[in-house]
This record gives sequence, structure tokens and C-alpha cells, in this order.
Amino acid sequence: MSDDGAQPTGTGFFTSVDDVSAKLAEAGYLASPAVATTVFLADRLGKPLLVEGPAGVGKTELAKAVARVGGARLVRLQCYEGIDESRALYEWNHAKQLLRITAGRDETWEAARTDIFGEEFLLTRPLLTAIRGSEPTVLLIDETDKADVEVEGLLLEVLSDFQVTVPELGTITATRRPFVLLTSNATRELSEALRRRCLFLHLDFPDARLEQRIVRLKVPGLDEVLAESLVKVVGALRAMELRKSPSVAETIDWARTLLALGADTLDETVVRDSLGVILKHQDDVLKASRQLTLT
Amino acid sequence: MSEAKVSEADQGAADAAEPVNALPERLTGFVQALRGHGLRIGPGESVDAASVLAVLGLTDRTYIREGLAAALLRTDGQRAVFDATFDLYFPLGVGTPEAARRSADPGPAGPATAEPVNPVSPVSPVNPADRAVLDDLRERLAEALAADDRAALTRLAGEAVNTLGRYGSGPTAQGWSAYQTLSRLQPETLLARVLAALRAGQPPGFTDRLDADGIRRRIQGFRGLVGTEARRRVAELRGTDQVARRAVAPSTDQVDFLFAGRDQLAELRRTVQPLARKLATRLAARRRKASGGRIDLRRTLRCSLSTGGVPLRPAYRRRRPGRPEIVLLCDVSGSVAGFADFTMLLVQAMRDQFSKVRVFAFVNRTDEVTRLVSAGSADPAALSRRILTEAKVVGFHGNSDYGAALGEFADHYPDALGPRTCVLVLGDARNNGRDPNLPALKRISERARRVYWLNPEQTELWATGDSAAHAYAGLVEMHSCRNARRLGELIARLLPV
Repeated sequence: MSDDGAQPTGTGFFTSVDDVSAKLAEAGYLASPAVATTVFLADRLGKPLLVEGPAGVGKTELAKAVARVGGARLVRLQCYEGIDESRALYEWNHAKQLLRITAGRDETWEAARTDIFGEEFLLTRPLLTAIRGSEPTVLLIDETDKADVEVEGLLLEVLSDFQVTVPELGTITATRRPFVLLTSNATRELSEALRRRCLFLHLDFPDARLEQRIVRLKVPGLDEVLAESLVKVVGALRAMELRKSPSVAETIDWARTLLALGADTLDETVVRDSLGVILKHQDDVLKASRQLTLT
Repeated sequence: MSEAKVSEADQGAADAAEPVNALPERLTGFVQALRGHGLRIGPGESVDAASVLAVLGLTDRTYIREGLAAALLRTDGQRAVFDATFDLYFPLGVGTPEAARRSADPGPAGPATAEPVNPVSPVSPVNPADRAVLDDLRERLAEALAADDRAALTRLAGEAVNTLGRYGSGPTAQGWSAYQTLSRLQPETLLARVLAALRAGQPPGFTDRLDADGIRRRIQGFRGLVGTEARRRVAELRGTDQVARRAVAPSTDQVDFLFAGRDQLAELRRTVQPLARKLATRLAARRRKASGGRIDLRRTLRCSLSTGGVPLRPAYRRRRPGRPEIVLLCDVSGSVAGFADFTMLLVQAMRDQFSKVRVFAFVNRTDEVTRLVSAGSADPAALSRRILTEAKVVGFHGNSDYGAALGEFADHYPDALGPRTCVLVLGDARNNGRDPNLPALKRISERARRVYWLNPEQTELWATGDSAAHAYAGLVEMHSCRNARRLGELIARLLPV
């Protein structure tokens, strides 16, 4: 089904792990070896990739970057409590079916019945859309843990066999496997069945060197020395036992703030005044100022 | 594809005369070892892992580590166990590390076959020649720490274990000790030197105050490397499987509360927030499920009148809104304190799931510590100390006395108990031979909706020594709760919704 013969199951966006790092970097995503390796494996083995980790470390961004690299269309399914089949998979367009029936008033029942369950009346939702396309696709199932347990059952068929069964039409199989990425904040344990079908990547805060590179990539005007000390402070904050550790997104925000303030070095006043950008709880701000001995 | 690569890799290791393990056996051994540590890995995952190796090849160890992690792990929190086991089954090298071999002996030393290159006690701190070796190592270690050079640190760890860590001489009694290596090397004492090296030629800046902590973390990382290296050397002597079973520390949520060290407790405290969030979703799901489903017969019949007596639309019983009240009654003495602390913080983090949370602590007297615990979430490490100093939990002696404490609670805080209260008693029920005061517990359980006793000791120990566990277990439900995973399960299952 796939066009390259050697690895019939994969999506074939990348040729090697180093290739992943290089291409993702071009697309503006600096990947750690862990990220590059798992993305490459997901691409090669054709398995969905489950990315778990704290908010703001770039889980969703990873999917977008992969889509940019592969020149693929990004189909996104945002999960929430109460999402169901008709939002995730497909739905029959009832209104249109009714119109069709009223329009063809004199038809026989046979003609009408076969007609109204045709492609024309099928509203495809993200999962089906991702499977039916013939162009390269990246399917992002965002915040999977927010959906109810029942929805996971729905995902199983799609994720293991890349097919969807519509009773009236039959089984629709993917002509071209999408690159599937699921994200989760781990508010709920995903079921064992779902986890078993995926490769697992725990995306944590990057190490200091990588974070410096990320900050300098996202905030180009920032001085190198300032970026270094900024990342050092954020690292120290993460080592404290805070209620909410600052994420990469917050590091970048802080860098932008400092740039806007025109600060060229970190000193006590600057840090004290802008600590609210990276810490979101008053307890944390107090504790951090105490431990950083801000006066 | 992988087969070809294996033979290449084994060629490289052949001079070390390691019994040649084919890759499939090594992989399944690795998976077995992980299973031994409580990771649930099915044959499907093993197959995935094998295809990962086939795709990645055996050229880059970092990639293999990450790839296998992606195929075999399912939740975070298992990573530490995985890494330690990985280092045993896919070691960085075989035998004496390259650097040490070069400096010590030019000959092709095969450690598995040949006798050790160095004499039994290779470096003794009193011998001046050995002091020079030690100083040289410390010198290079300080440089590597200042530069934060991971590769150099790994090399130095190998060298240090080789020269400093060897003990014993007989074939069964010898081994490599990380403890011995570190106590001779004393990397902590390098802090000032490394700091000075970092500061040299730099103008003073704001982040200077963070440097010391940063270097402490690097030194901690180096200690980890030495541990890994020592385990690897021991594994070559004793067999990988055995070392993987014994020497790899369990994952955080399976650490026994009673035996947890300071670091492990700190690690546990870091898991409080995520665990609380998970439990909250689980409780919310149970609450949602419990709210529907029971038919209210009277209202169904009343509704059916409008459809001519046919009950078309069933009416469901409405649940009274309202969340349970929680009372924690914790033994904070000595060894049980770690367990009590963790549970207090956990329940405190989940407080929005309950209409009211009250926390009482005791050793032999009971006092309310709710205020301390809610303020303590900002600084959890100091919680137990503050409870012991600021609350009246100790009377004339320092031993725990469950009878007196339960009696005082039942007498002084009857208002804490009500028909919606769920009481959790935390403690090992070791009463030091005093009167267990069963009537007091009976009074508590009569007034509260539910009383559960969580005991950090395993069930087999309940009947031993001065434990009154079985006496109390006759009155209230008692569960053994030895680690964080079990605690999570119990809280999600037991608490009323």
C-alpha cells in the first residue's frame, strides 16, 4: 500500500535518527536524542507515538514540526470530557439525508435507501479524515487523557490496524498510514490496551545546553550570556520543590520579557520584578525568592 | 540485519573473553530483569524491542537506550529502574575500562580470564605513591566537573572504580564497591576547587549563588556513574541476572515507606502532586458513575401517569451533592513518620475532592495539625520537624501509645466525627506493650461513617512483637500499605464518593 517497498508499514518521513534531528531543527524544533530516536522509530515502525509529560514542554509542537518536515497535512483531534464517536470518527448528515428524501419523493424505497447512506452524506471527523486521505498526514490526538475511557476503545481499531468500520459502508482502510502522535498530561492513567499499541516517550524538561539553544532560537535578539544565566536560574527553580515548575514555554516567555525590559544582565531587581512571568503561584514566588536570597 | 551487527559487536568484545551472548538472549534477559522489578512487559513489547534494534542497528548506544525505552516502558517513574538495568545488560564496555588499562598495564588484560592487574588493595591512602594516584584522579575529576564534561566523567568513574573500588581476593569474596571508591575519592570535598575554577576570570554575576548547587548536582551525578560502573564490574564477576535482581533500586512508587532513605522520601514527595491529580480524576470518575443508574421507583410511577401508566421514561434517583469529610489520624513517631508525611501531603493536595480535611497527629498525645499541613505544602521537607516541635504530640515519654492517643482524640475532638466523616488511621499499631484502648477506637468507628486503618507493615508482621494490629483489625478494616503505589490504589478504592 505504501510507496516504498523496503519498509511497507512506516510513513517514511526520515532516513535516520540524525536525519530526524537535522530536519526537525530546520523546522524550528530542537530535539533531544530521546525525541529524535522515538520519532524515527514511530516513523519507521508505523506505530503511534504516545508523548507524555508536563505542560509546556512542546508535545503539541512536536507534532506540528513533524508535519512541517514531512510536508504533511496536520489533522488534529482535541480530546475533552464527553467527546464521542460522532465528534471523533464520523457522523451521518441527518439534515441532508432528510432533504434528499423529500427531494426524491416519488422514488422507490430501494433507490432512496442506497442513496442516503452514500459518501455524500458522510461527515468525516478527524480520525476518519486522517485515514482516508492519500496525501501524507500527521494525526495529532491531543490531551488523550481528557477523553473518557470509552473513547480509548474507539481509538484502538484506528491505532492498531489503521481502519475504521462504518456499518453502512464497510471497513475503510488507510491507503497511506498517517504518522500518529498522542499527547497526554497524565491526569489519568491511560488504559493498558492503548499504551501497548504505542511507542512511549516521556518528554521532560530539556537539559541546560539544549534549553539554551531553544531559547536562542525562539528569541533571536537575546544575548548569549544572558541566555545562559537565564537557563541556569530556571534550572535552579526546577530543582526546588515548587507547586508548578517553570516549563520551556515559560522560559521563552521570560526571555522575551527580559528582552522587552531591555535587561542585558540578570541582577536581583530584574529577577525579583519578573519572577511572576515564570512562577504562577504566590507560594512558589515566595519560596523561590527566599531560596535565591532575593532581598 | 541485526544478526550481522551482533557478530560485529561481539568481535569487539571477544578479546575480553566474555561468554558470547547472542542478542536475542541478551534482550530477553533484559526484559526478564525488568519484569522482576515489577514492570509489566508482554511478549508483544519484546518483539517491538527487537524490531527497534533491527531498525536502529547497534552503532549508537544512546539511540538504543532511548529506542528500547520507547518500546518497553509505559509510564514514567520506571525510567530509573530501566536505566540502571540497561547499563548492566548493554554495558559501555567490558572488563577494565579503556583509560585505566592504558595507564595501568600495557598488556591485553582480559579480566574475566586473567588475574587482576593490580594487587589486592590497589590504593591505600597511607602509601605515598598511591596518594599521588589519588591526587591525580581528584585533579582530573575537578577539571571534568568544572567543564561539566559527561564523557570525561564517565571515563573517570570507570578509572576510579578500577583503582579504588576493589576488595577481597578469593574468587567468591572479591568484588567492586562504589562505597569504597567514593569514600576514598571524596568527590564532595572538591566543591570549593571546582567553584574557584568556574569563577576564575569571570566577573561576579547574579547566577553565582546557583553555582554551588549546580556543582553539587554534578557531583551527585558522578556518584551515580560510579555506582553504575561498580554494578557493571560486579555483574561480570557474579552474573548479570543476579546483580540486576539485587542491586538495582526499585522504582519510587515501590519503595517501602518504612525503609525509605532521605533521598527516596524527597523523591516521593515530588510525586505527590501528579499522584493527587490522578487520584482526583479517578474519584471524579467514580462519582460520575455512582450518580446515575439507580431507578427511583416512586418517581418513575409518578411520571408514567402522563403516558397512561406505561413507564416510558425511567426516573433515576438523584444523588445528594456533597463530598465526604476526611479525618487523618497519623502516628508521627520515628520510622512511621515518612509514611504519615507522605499521606498527609497527598490528602492535602487532594483537598478540593473533600468538603473538609482535618489532620491530627500523635505520638502518645493527639493534637490537630491541619494548619501546619496546609502551610506545609509550601515546604514539605520540613513538615515532620514542624509537627514535632509546634504541636503537642509527645507527653512525658517519647514512645508511641496508641491507646492514650485514640482515647484523647475520642474525648477532645468529638466534633471532628460525623455521619459523613471517613477516618483514616495511619500507623504500625506498635503500642510498646501498653493498653490498646479498644473502646476508644470503637467509639470513633461508631460515630464516623467509615474508619480505615492503613498499616505500613506487611501483614505477616502484624502478629509479632508489641503490635496490637490484630486487636485493632478486629474493630476496623485494616490494610497493609507498604508503598506509594499501594497507597494510591487504596485511596482510589476506599474513600467514599
